[in-house]
Amino acid sequence: MGIAAWREQLNSGEVSARELTDHHLARIEAVDPTIHAFLEVTADRARADADRIDAARAAGEELPPLAGVPLAIKDNLCTKGIRTTCSSRMLESFVPPYESTVTERLWNAGGVLLGKTNLDEFAMGSSTETSAFGPSRNPWDPDCVPGGSSGGSSAAVAAGEGLAALGSDTGGSIRQPASFCGVVGLKPTYGRVSRWGLVAFASSLDQVGPFATSVADAAEILQVIAGADPRDATCLKAPVPDYVAALRQPVAGLRVGLVRECFEAEGLDPEVKASVLAAAAQLEALGCDLVDVSCPRFNDGIATYYVIAPSEASANLARYDGVKYGYRAEGAGGLAEMTSRSRAEGFGDEVQRRILIGTYALSAGYVDAFYKKAQQVRTLIRRDFNRAFETVDVLLTPTSPTTAFRFGAHSDDPLAMYLADLLTIPANMAGLPAISVPCGFDSKGLPIGLQLITGVLEEERLLQVAHHYEQAAAVMASRPEAALVP
Amino acid sequence: MAGAAAKATAEAAWEAVIGLETHVQLGTDSKIFTCASTAFGDDPNTHIDPVVCGLPGTLPVLNQRVLEYAVKAAMALNLRIAEHSKFDRKQYFYPDLPKNYQISQYDEPIAEEGWIEVEVAEKGKETYLKTIGIERLHMEEDAGKLVHAGSDRLAGSTHSLVDYNRAGVALAEIVSKPDLRTGREAAEYASEIRRIMRYLGVSDGNMQEGSLRCDVNISVRRGPDAPFGTKVEIKNMNSFSAIQKAVEYEIQRQIKAYEAGEPVVQETRLWDEAKQLTKSMRSKEGASDYRYFPDPDLGPIEVSTEQRESWRAELPELPAAKRHRYADQLGLSIYDARVLTDERAMAEYFEAAVAAGGDPKAVTNWVTGDIAAYVNANRLLITELPFQAVQLAEMVQMIESGVISGKIAKEILPELLEKGGSPKAIVAERGLGMLSDPVAITAIVEELLAAHPDEVEAFRGGKNKLQGFFVGQLMKKTGGKADPKLANQILLEKLKG
Repeated sequence: MGIAAWREQLNSGEVSARELTDHHLARIEAVDPTIHAFLEVTADRARADADRIDAARAAGEELPPLAGVPLAIKDNLCTKGIRTTCSSRMLESFVPPYESTVTERLWNAGGVLLGKTNLDEFAMGSSTETSAFGPSRNPWDPDCVPGGSSGGSSAAVAAGEGLAALGSDTGGSIRQPASFCGVVGLKPTYGRVSRWGLVAFASSLDQVGPFATSVADAAEILQVIAGADPRDATCLKAPVPDYVAALRQPVAGLRVGLVRECFEAEGLDPEVKASVLAAAAQLEALGCDLVDVSCPRFNDGIATYYVIAPSEASANLARYDGVKYGYRAEGAGGLAEMTSRSRAEGFGDEVQRRILIGTYALSAGYVDAFYKKAQQVRTLIRRDFNRAFETVDVLLTPTSPTTAFRFGAHSDDPLAMYLADLLTIPANMAGLPAISVPCGFDSKGLPIGLQLITGVLEEERLLQVAHHYEQAAAVMASRPEAALVP
Repeated sequence: MAGAAAKATAEAAWEAVIGLETHVQLGTDSKIFTCASTAFGDDPNTHIDPVVCGLPGTLPVLNQRVLEYAVKAAMALNLRIAEHSKFDRKQYFYPDLPKNYQISQYDEPIAEEGWIEVEVAEKGKETYLKTIGIERLHMEEDAGKLVHAGSDRLAGSTHSLVDYNRAGVALAEIVSKPDLRTGREAAEYASEIRRIMRYLGVSDGNMQEGSLRCDVNISVRRGPDAPFGTKVEIKNMNSFSAIQKAVEYEIQRQIKAYEAGEPVVQETRLWDEAKQLTKSMRSKEGASDYRYFPDPDLGPIEVSTEQRESWRAELPELPAAKRHRYADQLGLSIYDARVLTDERAMAEYFEAAVAAGGDPKAVTNWVTGDIAAYVNANRLLITELPFQAVQLAEMVQMIESGVISGKIAKEILPELLEKGGSPKAIVAERGLGMLSDPVAITAIVEELLAAHPDEVEAFRGGKNKLQGFFVGQLMKKTGGKADPKLANQILLEKLKG
């Protein structure tokens, strides 16, 4: 059931908000011991919120757009009075005294918080394996990762533990897990959605976005969370269009660019390639023109990313020193020891690795060769996109070079893990909106996702193309059996 | 200068090169990146919020009033305002810095390349003007304060407490060029910066509360053509005289070290006010790497020409311009011009009195004399004085036109200062108007001479001093109201016979 269908059922009195919430809480109780999508389930609050919606309906009040919609929230989005851990020992006991803008907007729109979802520690990872509280599992195959870093949110939506969810995407952390879990994941234009209350990883790349079981639902969530916020200086003031209405615009005549470098990328699974090319054919059948385009710097994104993101992270995570909040090492003999031991014990290996990389890249003598050079390449990547959008309306690539991998497959090799983000990173580098939509399954029965990318603030077109593809392809109608997928 | 060259050779050969870094707290009600209050002196950690404390997920947003104050300050220092500038993160770990980085401006400050004119006045030396170059002005956030238990510093303390009330207060850092040469010049420069900031109303410049803090960089070399010596930084001076003394001490310390063949090491030294000397705080040999990079949370800072010019139009006349105008157009002495312009409010009071018709010199004497003394003694601001500038002008005019004497004016002034009111009304009410009728005065004088024949005889015999006696008697007889000029004239006439 999608959000629009639910709204009808709620309004007609067929199902109450409390029933829908209870259904999801029961589902969490049944499957989450296996999936471990949630770090904390806020059952009491969810029921109380749902009851309030039902009372409002009973009183004849007009209901807000997401009334009673049960939602899962990635645990790097601050929720007032509810622990927000970033899946890190460092913040295991951190309870924010403020609400993130995106969640505040969801609650004002009637959304119901089911709980906080697992992620790679501080959103650094592609599998949830770096979570200090254990990984989440892929509902399609519990031996496989759900992707990351927003793997808890993608797994929750795929397993029916929530109608929709929020994640954050710095280099693919929404789109890659969406692809791995067979759900829709949208990363909006940088600045389309406020970052206030999103615990920063790499501030110039981080962006909050929705997971949903359909493009239409992703549009419904974006509608609520998008828009200017005086608390975030990087949040754009552009008006928010009607994303849901935009879905109905016809796609015939739109030019879809197939990024050559993506399809030629080393390590691209042939099954993934074939599935995405079939999707391209589907778009052609819908009247789109397929265009072969080249973005020569596309595959440089990953090297650029692994300089810029750790550089920003090294500063963003400096505040965790055991002085003010969060983890503090016991028994330190002095200030320096307290700081270094709190950080050594509070952060996991991957976080420490990235802090070290970033510190190095910004150090005197290296900053020109690394950080500044990376910024220059970032400009080139942006130019590549600009040039491509002179001839096409939307770009098409696979979301991830592979389908979900098994636990431990890349644990000894951080570089192999980093390649999981090869195709998603460039959109972050250029601040462009991008979406992952399920486009098929591989021979192991694991979902495959395609990625669509448009120009800045062209979410309407992005959602429109994704929606038409989704409707025409009806991928989920012929999905393989999976015990944990409803 | 010629005299100095002839002086002892060793000392004349040395020249000090001094530059100042001045941190000015911009007096906005709220902090630079959040709406927490900037109030000083309250209980620890009462003016904090999630942004101040650097809690996860919080973001800075630039207080537009801070930008306005910084740009106005920069324009008053004749700096070039950048159309585009940015904020950077300056990274170092210290518990008074909540995020462990300070949001500052590194390579694209809001303003560069300016100057101010400083009047250097020192007892026993001729006052001179000097133009001091200013390298840049940039905006940044202040840090909090640590309170160490069991020691006055981190080392040796059992534990330390942190107060973030000051964290995030907006600072303008003003960096001078190394154009200063003496302690007095350094003190005058700092004092002029403070005066300008107070004129603009962008800072109270209170050094005791830390609203204005100066770090001095200083080196010595053998004459103006020699290469620069090793630079030493001095901190912890909380008055202008401390700046002067610290610089003078440090110049001598460095010269002595070089002359004794000892090296001057690059370091930070603290001025010890009690002992009147500088002492080493930390060596700067292993220069810190602050790993600056542009703050991605804050967009570029754009100041449009329109915005800039509208702020420029709001600038008041600055102290240097006033000093020149008072001296050149109003004919005041350099000293008077300097005293009058020290505080904007006093200068404005003076100007209002002159505009209302008061003679500039006479107004100056009253303002810098009795009025300043009264205001200081009662800890008042001149703007709080019930006695208005126009009323002062009225009083000055009454003296000038001979309606009252200066003596009478001094008598009625305390009441005017306390309660205000029209001097004319008081004089009329109490019949204090001056006796300036020559016939009446002549009559009194004749009466006097008749009553003191011996003294008249003595005067005519050459005891000129006796004129004072007669003046005293005359004033006594007239209750001090006789026009002194006229009275003296008539008296002398009659005495000489």
